[in-house]
Amino acid sequence: MATLEEAVAEGQRYVGTTGPAHSRVIEPGAIRRFVEALGDTNPLYTDPEYARRTRWGGIIAPPTFLCTIQAPLNMPDLGFGRVTLNGGNSYDWYRPVRPGDVITAQSTLVEVRGVQSSSGPLLIMVRAIRYTDQDGRLVAEGRSTGLRRE
Amino acid sequence: MLSFSQIKVGDELPTLTKHPTTRQLVQYAGASGDFYEIHYDKPFAEAAGLPGVILHGLLKAGWLGELVQTWAGPSAFVRHIEASYRGIDRPGQPYLLRGKVVSLEASAAPGGGGLVELEIWGEDQTGRRSTLGKAKVELIDAINAA
Repeated sequence: MATLEEAVAEGQRYVGTTGPAHSRVIEPGAIRRFVEALGDTNPLYTDPEYARRTRWGGIIAPPTFLCTIQAPLNMPDLGFGRVTLNGGNSYDWYRPVRPGDVITAQSTLVEVRGVQSSSGPLLIMVRAIRYTDQDGRLVAEGRSTGLRRE
Repeated sequence: MLSFSQIKVGDELPTLTKHPTTRQLVQYAGASGDFYEIHYDKPFAEAAGLPGVILHGLLKAGWLGELVQTWAGPSAFVRHIEASYRGIDRPGQPYLLRGKVVSLEASAAPGGGGLVELEIWGEDQTGRRSTLGKAKVELIDAINAA
């Protein structure tokens, strides 16, 4: 096991590194399963006839659907802590995601630091994620904060 | 549908109440591809120092998205959501998603609607806010929405 300081020092060597790009065809069935899991019954995501009469002219994916495209960093375990918790997520969308889009997600490690929290020492790792479409245009940007704790 | 001109700073969004179960966490794991065992495997979660299985942070963020899009209507465009998870939440307890309008920025174009900034959060039935967030949603005026 590494100390928090050792893990932070090791992790900081990876800041700026980028993981592999993952591409996914956005399928209506995947959108349906996602909103069913949320319990979100908004027909905008599942009913083509309803969605056709909206501003979008067809089905769109719900806001956080892009999280279904995994964008790992492939960095080694830093040897600190026994559980990883999600500290936060942030998204900026530039256009809605639609069925048939081919979205590519890629993460970059942007920050590694350590803090002493009320629940003990925490290793904080922040990833920035870019989501681009089949034309190479930026669709959304995300930030994901991972917390590693003892 | 909601029109930009109807909205005022301080307006509260209708509360969205969820009743998460472990079954739902399994369903969300499958739908999202996040199969981390702390969300459905009790012995695993306990060995990791947790009191039991816990809700996915992104499930709570997804509910915040539902809260905002449901309120704003199908022709609104959710431009930004951020969520900070300040505590763990467990299945078997109701979870409430709430929000209020904090600022309005009208579009320069006549009848062009505008951008609404929201404070959004998730809380348990005791009022403990375990998820803190913000959202920005673009609304057009109803007259242009058809």
